[in-house]
Amino acid sequence: MGKRVLVIEDEPNIIEAISFILSRDGWTVHTHADGASANAKIRTTPPDLVILDVMLPGKSGFDILRDLRADDETASIPVLMLTARGQTRDREMAQRLGVTQFMTKPFSNAEVLESVRTLVAG
Amino acid sequence: MASFNVLIAVALFYAVLLFVIAFAAERSAEKGRGGWLRSPLIYTLSLSIYCTAWTFYGAVGYAARSGLEFLTIYLGPTIVMIGWWWILRKLVRIGRSQRITSIADLVSSRFGKSTSLGVIVTLLMVLAATPYLALQLQSVTQSFAVFAAASGHQWEGQDLARVALWVAVGLAIFTILFGTRNLDANERHHGIVMAIAVEAVVKLFALVAVGVFVIWGVAGGPSQMIDMIDASPLSQWDQSTARWVGLTFLSGAAFLTLPRMFQVLVVENADEDHLRTASWAFPLYLLAMSLFVVPIAVVGLDLLSIGANPDLFVLTLPLSLGHNGLAMLSFLGGFSSATSMVIVATIALATMISNHIVTPIWLSSRGPGAVVSGDVRQLVIGARRLAIGGVLFLGYVYYRLSGGGAALAAIGLISFTGAVQVLPAMIGGIFWRGATRLGAIAGILVGLVVWLWTLFLPSFGPDAVIPVEVMYNGPFGLGFLRPEALFNITGMDRQIHAIMWSVTLNSIFFFFVSVLTFPRPLERLQGAQFVNVFEHSEGARAWTTSTAEAEDLLIMAQRILGSAEAQDLFLIEAQRQGKQGYLPEVTPDFVQVLERELAGSVGAATAHAMVGQFVQGASVSVEDLIAVADEAAQILEYSNRLEAKSAEQERTARQLREANEKLTALSIQKDAFLSQISHELRTPMTSIRAFSEILGEGGMTPDQLTRYSGIIHTEAVRLTRLLDDLLDLSVLENGQVTLNIQRGTVRDMLDRAVSAAAAGKAMTILRKLGDEALVLETDVDRLTQVFINLISNAQKYCDADRPVLRIDLHRASAGWVLDFTDNGSGIPKQSQQVIFEKFSRLTDHRKAGGAGLGLAICREIMVRLGGEISYLPGQGGAAFRVVLPGAH
Repeated sequence: MGKRVLVIEDEPNIIEAISFILSRDGWTVHTHADGASANAKIRTTPPDLVILDVMLPGKSGFDILRDLRADDETASIPVLMLTARGQTRDREMAQRLGVTQFMTKPFSNAEVLESVRTLVAG
Repeated sequence: MASFNVLIAVALFYAVLLFVIAFAAERSAEKGRGGWLRSPLIYTLSLSIYCTAWTFYGAVGYAARSGLEFLTIYLGPTIVMIGWWWILRKLVRIGRSQRITSIADLVSSRFGKSTSLGVIVTLLMVLAATPYLALQLQSVTQSFAVFAAASGHQWEGQDLARVALWVAVGLAIFTILFGTRNLDANERHHGIVMAIAVEAVVKLFALVAVGVFVIWGVAGGPSQMIDMIDASPLSQWDQSTARWVGLTFLSGAAFLTLPRMFQVLVVENADEDHLRTASWAFPLYLLAMSLFVVPIAVVGLDLLSIGANPDLFVLTLPLSLGHNGLAMLSFLGGFSSATSMVIVATIALATMISNHIVTPIWLSSRGPGAVVSGDVRQLVIGARRLAIGGVLFLGYVYYRLSGGGAALAAIGLISFTGAVQVLPAMIGGIFWRGATRLGAIAGILVGLVVWLWTLFLPSFGPDAVIPVEVMYNGPFGLGFLRPEALFNITGMDRQIHAIMWSVTLNSIFFFFVSVLTFPRPLERLQGAQFVNVFEHSEGARAWTTSTAEAEDLLIMAQRILGSAEAQDLFLIEAQRQGKQGYLPEVTPDFVQVLERELAGSVGAATAHAMVGQFVQGASVSVEDLIAVADEAAQILEYSNRLEAKSAEQERTARQLREANEKLTALSIQKDAFLSQISHELRTPMTSIRAFSEILGEGGMTPDQLTRYSGIIHTEAVRLTRLLDDLLDLSVLENGQVTLNIQRGTVRDMLDRAVSAAAAGKAMTILRKLGDEALVLETDVDRLTQVFINLISNAQKYCDADRPVLRIDLHRASAGWVLDFTDNGSGIPKQSQQVIFEKFSRLTDHRKAGGAGLGLAICREIMVRLGGEISYLPGQGGAAFRVVLPGAH
């Protein structure tokens, strides 16, 4: 059984694309579409990697990242942030909050896969 | 029998005619064409409800029994109108500025909007009116009996009782139809006033016709008439000075305090200046009504057999001489007198009962928030209808109990004496700031008890209520408490005895209790506003701070005033404050205005309690009290001006602050807008890129191929629509759009919009096709686009189990409007301000599907078309109002 990746994203088509790419590469993919309950979900079943959107219903990706890092049980989980808001300000904000890697949408499938492999191995 | 049937037909036809007149008057008042309805002449004629069947039939009987004493009944009001019209002017001014709905409301409002005083005065007035209503039943019944007798049917006791019951039922239905026809629980009734004015003319004409007939047709001319009068027993009656003074005072006081007189004098008054005309015209009317009383009485005594009821001379004289037409006219005169009194009196009493008894009980039993959840208007109207029936039923019961035999005049005086018990509190209240609530309660209660004991209860006859033993020896053998000889003062006229003791003890208690007790803050405030009504009509505010939400207040106001009136009130206030939409800032001034509007429907005490449920701010501040305690009007004036000035500065500062905030918000908005566009464009792009890469790698199953290319297609469409919307919005915002003006009906546009939106979730759409024939001259396609947006928004966001969208076309103050109201949970207040902004989608994207530009586009379209779109708060679900452009 492959390593577990949790995709926190609310656009169904994007969820489907990421799931397809990662499953094909042997990863076990879980998805979660709601921002408000995301931290609890990560805590109960800690994945090997979190792929996180920014604009989520209920709670923004930035807030989820901050809370995740503040919690000892989840602080060390690598986080790949994918966002459609590609401004520099957002990137800086994500880095300050302790993101592991930051990518803008639209992304190349190969790059995402490459990043996932690197982050989990590292 | 034929003539009796004709009589019934004539009476019914006459009632229908009155109804038509009232209806027509109401319609033209609604359309704003009713200027002539508010003329001083109509006002003067409406005062004639003072002349009831008692005056029409009873004055002749009174003259036949007691000579000229009947004139006192006319003398009292004449003195009030000519000599005391300044009291009336003050009452009218107070009534206007405080939106007084009844005499109970006046007293309650003056003494600190006291609920208990409202209840006491209401009960007193219901009791006092009961004999009077019985009197009207009796006179109509008797006049029917006269015609029945002329057709050869001699009615006995049981027949009379049955007829009286039918008359009571008929009058109740008539009044309910008349007075509570529509749901508008407001205080003015143009239609009724008009009908009363017509009845006033009919009864005067009828009485004058009988008088002319008697003088010229029977006596043979004025000089012969004078000879007959000299020879008649009428000129030999002893006139008692005590009775003259007492009865003149009584009728003058009753003129001011009878609920029905207060209704026409004060509540229905449209213009203070009308009093000027009425002050001479109404005495003239009374004079004309009294002119022929003595001739008719003299000729009746002369011609008709001994034992004929003099109360019916007006009717029996023409009948016995074979003038059936004149008798019919006379019957209509009496019928007019009775019906106009009953209608106005029961409406006035029903208003008092619903405002001061039913609504307060309902309000306190339902607890806070009741005004928002319950339907107050239905309750008020229902209570009024029941009250009308109940009051007439009481009149019927009194008629049966009192045996229906007592002379008309005697019954009328009992009522007058009861109503007059309010006089000390009323006059004291408007001229003396020291008068207190407890003083008023004490005075009225004492007066009420004395009146009941000395006049009302004994009027049922010996042993009916008060045992004979008590009548002659007093209760428990206490001789000084004998009903007709209080404190052992004997040898006095029964009525004068009752008037003197009740009014004197009432006044004494009112005065001394007032002096010995302290008024509460609200009493002081109201007292100052009543007593000094001419000095400062603005008055101090009863609310100083406010924590109420405008939306809550709007919901409450809609329940009581009706949607249209309440929305107008809020819209005007919001515009005055320079705000968009229907929700003004809840300032103490606005709360005051609102409370006064509500008072016009449900009375001061209830309105105050209702508003108090929402506005938790301190009622009446120290400054207000200082202002009240300060006698000098100039100082008050000066401080008012200062206050106005500082209020203005505050307003300017607020506008500056708001403008500044707006500017800052604008530049933040620009950034946010770009970032939003980026997000909205990149999201579909992400799916398209990811799946096209997947497809490019090959090796898919046919199912996967279909699915993934489908996703690419959907996302491409979404992207295109977004670009279209953005382009549309930017064209509209820059004003580069060319409008294609055509004519089309609202129905066609809605039909198109409904079918265009039909692809969405199932939803019931309620429309009023009949109204939708309205033709608009506008850009039909653009307006349809707005409708499509509103309908598909309802489909997307309405969260009811069975979504229903009501589309309602009607006229409001802004013109023709189309309301789209759904039954979901609506839009939260903090979001109502932003929904028309770009990208202001409230829920998550997946459900919505759009980019949040729809309402922004709608707003721009409406601005271009010269219409308006706004969110209508307080409708239960989400509600949008479109003010339609180019309506014909």
